[in-house]
Amino acid sequence: MTQTVAAVAKEARGRPLVAIRGVSKQFSNGTLAVRGVDLDLADGEFVSLLGPSGCGKSTLLRMIAGLGEPSVGAIDWPTSPYGSNGRAEPDLGFVFQDPTLMPWANALKNVMLPMTLAGVGKADAEARAADMLALVGLRGFEKSYPRELSGGMKMRVSIARGLVTKPKILLMDEPFAALDEITRHKLNDDLLALWDRNRFTAVFVTHSVFESVYLSQRIVVMAARPGRIMADLPVDAPYPRDDLFRTSAEYAHLCRVASETLKKAIAG
Amino acid sequence: MTDAPMPASLPHDGTDAEARPVFAEERRILGLAASTWPGILAPLAIGILALLGWEAIVRIKDIPHYVLPGPLLIAKTLVLDWETLSGSLWITLRITFAALVAAVTLGVALAILFTQSKWLEKSLFPYAVVLQVTPVVSIAPLIIIWVGDINLSLLICAWLVAFFPILSNTILGLNSADHNLVNLFQLYRASRSQTLRHLRLPAALPYFLAGLKISGGLALIGAVVAEFVAGSGGSASGLAYRILESGYQLRIPRMFAALIMISASGIAIFLITSWIAHLFLRRWHESAIRREN
Repeated sequence: MTQTVAAVAKEARGRPLVAIRGVSKQFSNGTLAVRGVDLDLADGEFVSLLGPSGCGKSTLLRMIAGLGEPSVGAIDWPTSPYGSNGRAEPDLGFVFQDPTLMPWANALKNVMLPMTLAGVGKADAEARAADMLALVGLRGFEKSYPRELSGGMKMRVSIARGLVTKPKILLMDEPFAALDEITRHKLNDDLLALWDRNRFTAVFVTHSVFESVYLSQRIVVMAARPGRIMADLPVDAPYPRDDLFRTSAEYAHLCRVASETLKKAIAG
Repeated sequence: MTDAPMPASLPHDGTDAEARPVFAEERRILGLAASTWPGILAPLAIGILALLGWEAIVRIKDIPHYVLPGPLLIAKTLVLDWETLSGSLWITLRITFAALVAAVTLGVALAILFTQSKWLEKSLFPYAVVLQVTPVVSIAPLIIIWVGDINLSLLICAWLVAFFPILSNTILGLNSADHNLVNLFQLYRASRSQTLRHLRLPAALPYFLAGLKISGGLALIGAVVAEFVAGSGGSASGLAYRILESGYQLRIPRMFAALIMISASGIAIFLITSWIAHLFLRRWHESAIRREN
């Protein structure tokens, strides 16, 4: 199914899943990592945060996840339930730059972790984790330990763990940066297939223009020192994409536009 | 242990499966990997040669057995005095083992307590260091006087020596969980006990086991040293007492026999703790993996 960017944007105006308002983050050593960020994330959209290293994209992502409070401003979840402490309890998954798996647990146990921690019954959790592993293409590897898997497969386990609770939002912090290009392309396609299945909101941090254009419906371009948003670029092409798109003139054109925007952002 | 079987096909992916790490699969002789045999046979050959040379020198030079007994005489003494010596061995091993169990229990419990509260660690850890750096020989007499019961005194001395490596290693292990994994547990709102059980304790396991290997040997040393200090203090006397006694009576072959039993116990403890570590870590930890490159 394809969806126009205009339709997604219309939804976004309705009721954002995440509303980031005037957020700044200053670390205790004085570094201003993020300054004055305003950003709405619509339900079900795929957004990339694109920028050079040090532009605060990872810091912003971690704040969305609730790892570290903004120094100024607020991150609201208008549609999420509120917990007993009066704070929103966002339903999210997180994929780190490294697979971040527990080396002492096999693939199945690693994917079961979010459910184990939430107190889901063992049989139920096992069945759901096995399904999720099959979905990321790792059927038959349930009993494999992380050290027995390749880098790409470990990342698949990590994505499976992020998605196994069917979260409303999946936050990804340069998940494919350490992988070779062939594996990365394959995982890009598989990630889009997973998105198409569950339609979660995806926030994808990357420093690759090509990856951000291929994956996202919207690219938020950031600049460094201090980290701030320079442009909010719609990627106006049919969605989700396939291998044909990768070689199309449209893709090349969009990459050029994104690349120029990024260059301007870096130049300030 | 072999790896999980490779599925016939990977529906999604032709690329990453081929990049899986390959582990060495070795030829086995009598159940042991072929490459481990030279490591066993070479020292064994040296040992046999040394024993033969020793026996030869003792016989040729006609050295009296109260100066240096030959290995054959020592072996004979070991057999003849087995009843006395094995009784003493049993006493020493019992104290060693009890001290090790106490060291593991208290070491791990304190380590967990310390990592739950930084203040507790800050205030108590220096005293653990004090206990560790004070030579056991120097406080053993004091402990024996205070405690009264000789077996309990020996146990406390051995425990004092064995306890610290487990404590410090387990603390290090509990604090060395992957930072991102800690964040992940935070994200999923894991409770303190969940984080401990599912993250910190497993992460600490290799460190704890390394500590256990050290403490096993130290518990034996602690027990023997304390026995030396205690002297003939009790009716039940361990191997160190047999060595002292043989020294007074110039029964040097028996002294050697007791010495051999202490060494053998130390080796056995090391092998057992290494084997336990291997059992726990073989599936996942770098230290237990043999790679081909």
